[in-house]
Amino acid sequence: MTAFLLGRLAQAALVMLVMSVLVFLGVYAIGNPIDVLIDPAATQAMRAAIIRQYGLDLPLWQQYGHFLGNVLRGDFGNSFVFRIPVLPLILSRLPATLELTVLALLIAAAFGIPLGIWAGYRPEARSSRAIMALSTLGFSVPTFWIGLLLILFFTVELRWLPSGGRGPVGWLGLSIWTREGWTHLLLPALNLSLFKLGLLIRLVRAGTEEVMGSEHVRFARAQGLPERQVVGLHVLKNIGIPIVTIFGLEFGSTLAFAVVTETVFNWPGMGKLVIESITSLDRPVMVAYLILVVLLFVAINLFVELTYGLLDPRVRAR
Amino acid sequence: MNREALVEGWQEYRRSPVAVAALALVVAIALLALLAPWIAPQDPYDQSALDLMDARLEPGSIGSGEYVHWLGTDNAGRDLLSAILYGLRLSLAIAVTAGIVALTVGTAIGLSAAYYGGWFGAVAMRVVDLQLSLPAILLALVLVAVLGQGVPQLMAALVAAQYAYFARTAFGAASAERRKDYVEAALSTPLSGARVLWRHLLPNTLPPLIVVVTVQIATAISLEATLSFLGLGLPVTRPSLGLLIANGFQFMLSGRYWISVYPGIALMVTVLAINLVGDQLRQVINPRRRR
Repeated sequence: MTAFLLGRLAQAALVMLVMSVLVFLGVYAIGNPIDVLIDPAATQAMRAAIIRQYGLDLPLWQQYGHFLGNVLRGDFGNSFVFRIPVLPLILSRLPATLELTVLALLIAAAFGIPLGIWAGYRPEARSSRAIMALSTLGFSVPTFWIGLLLILFFTVELRWLPSGGRGPVGWLGLSIWTREGWTHLLLPALNLSLFKLGLLIRLVRAGTEEVMGSEHVRFARAQGLPERQVVGLHVLKNIGIPIVTIFGLEFGSTLAFAVVTETVFNWPGMGKLVIESITSLDRPVMVAYLILVVLLFVAINLFVELTYGLLDPRVRAR
Repeated sequence: MNREALVEGWQEYRRSPVAVAALALVVAIALLALLAPWIAPQDPYDQSALDLMDARLEPGSIGSGEYVHWLGTDNAGRDLLSAILYGLRLSLAIAVTAGIVALTVGTAIGLSAAYYGGWFGAVAMRVVDLQLSLPAILLALVLVAVLGQGVPQLMAALVAAQYAYFARTAFGAASAERRKDYVEAALSTPLSGARVLWRHLLPNTLPPLIVVVTVQIATAISLEATLSFLGLGLPVTRPSLGLLIANGFQFMLSGRYWISVYPGIALMVTVLAINLVGDQLRQVINPRRRR
């Protein structure tokens, strides 16, 4: 197990290193940050001084070295727009994005798993076909468009829920403590969950269909176990691993997709911040966001693989 | 693929009436997009033809052009029906071009990784897998941020975000084919490696790739619309569907729903129809379902 763990950790570190090089080259080497930083009226001497101050006169690999050194110490520089250190800026937006993402995934799981099991258990039933149609609709229709429809329906027509923004923030920077917080949270979370819901239904259905046809389910039935137990115990256990994986992996991509939902619903999270940083060419924020998201992805992948190792000893042996 | 296989495939495809309807819809949408300059009542890119007096007219009203705006007009006074047809044309052109380029690049990488193997194959597929673990929207976002806005940049971003799916599929299919006897037989003849790749491996990996290309074109349309909606896609003067929706968004809360809703329906129907066709193609091609 230790060798497995060390191997995976080394791999994750390598991926992070490669990604940091790519992000650095992509964002820093293309285009010139000097024009953003320096007043066009500055004299040659001032220009040179600032270029030296930021280390922009050094060869590229040395610049990268500085960048990497700073990043490892948690220093991503200052935002060009907000004039404050980037890391605290991004982290201050993290709770908003996290609560949105987690709630979206919970909604997707709460509906997706039972619906998927039903559709896989009775693949020919009319209700199952309806579920599958819903699933296709869920990931065919672009997220931002569903968001607009939700606003049109629940805000403009019914006037039930606010169209955007975030409710009062309480403990841990979360807005889930008040009723008003929830009214703001509900629509964006629903919006973000629909794509995942569509995906989850398909995966659970495929898994259920496969397990239902297997020997051990037939055996369980032959034993005379009630159907509820067959599905609840034998089927659920066997589709468990893929669901854990998908959940882990989708957490990261949901976080990335939150960019769209946050823009539609004017939700003050990390995604909205990064869109603003792209339109205002705020490079340090872009770089820090990307590196943090990739770090998150690598960490999640690692975690999922390790969970695999725990759930299924065959993975460790490989 | 020979004639017989095509006929048989069509027989299989035809078994779902929904899929047949979806295919008809895709063909109709493609025709509408292709013929947009001839059937649209107005050229929405011609700024001089736009009259601000006509802005935000309700569907069915008659503007200064003295023809009926069946779907109303947008905030710049564009006839929405014309804008949608042109937007569809632009969105489809970008998505299809990006899809074909991504197909070519991805298949080339996947096939050569499967054929040559070794460290090249290992590294290439490792990169592809890494990229697949990141969501396409994130990659596209980064690339648009780095490259700037415009049609070529947008296409580059779409290709870079999508080639990996083709590479993975081509690699999987070609690795399975590579082990079969006919490839061994072809390799034992004095034919060049490139010829074996091109004439023997490629045709046999095409069916799954066709499914992926359908799905990826739908994804590209929705990705492009999303980027344009976020203000990172195309310039405002040539609105694609995503931009039309974004423009209408601000008027939605005041009840002028049509500026956003009609382009949105066009987008939704297009993506859905293509996905349904892709779903059925997958069923037809799926070897497990073949007798």
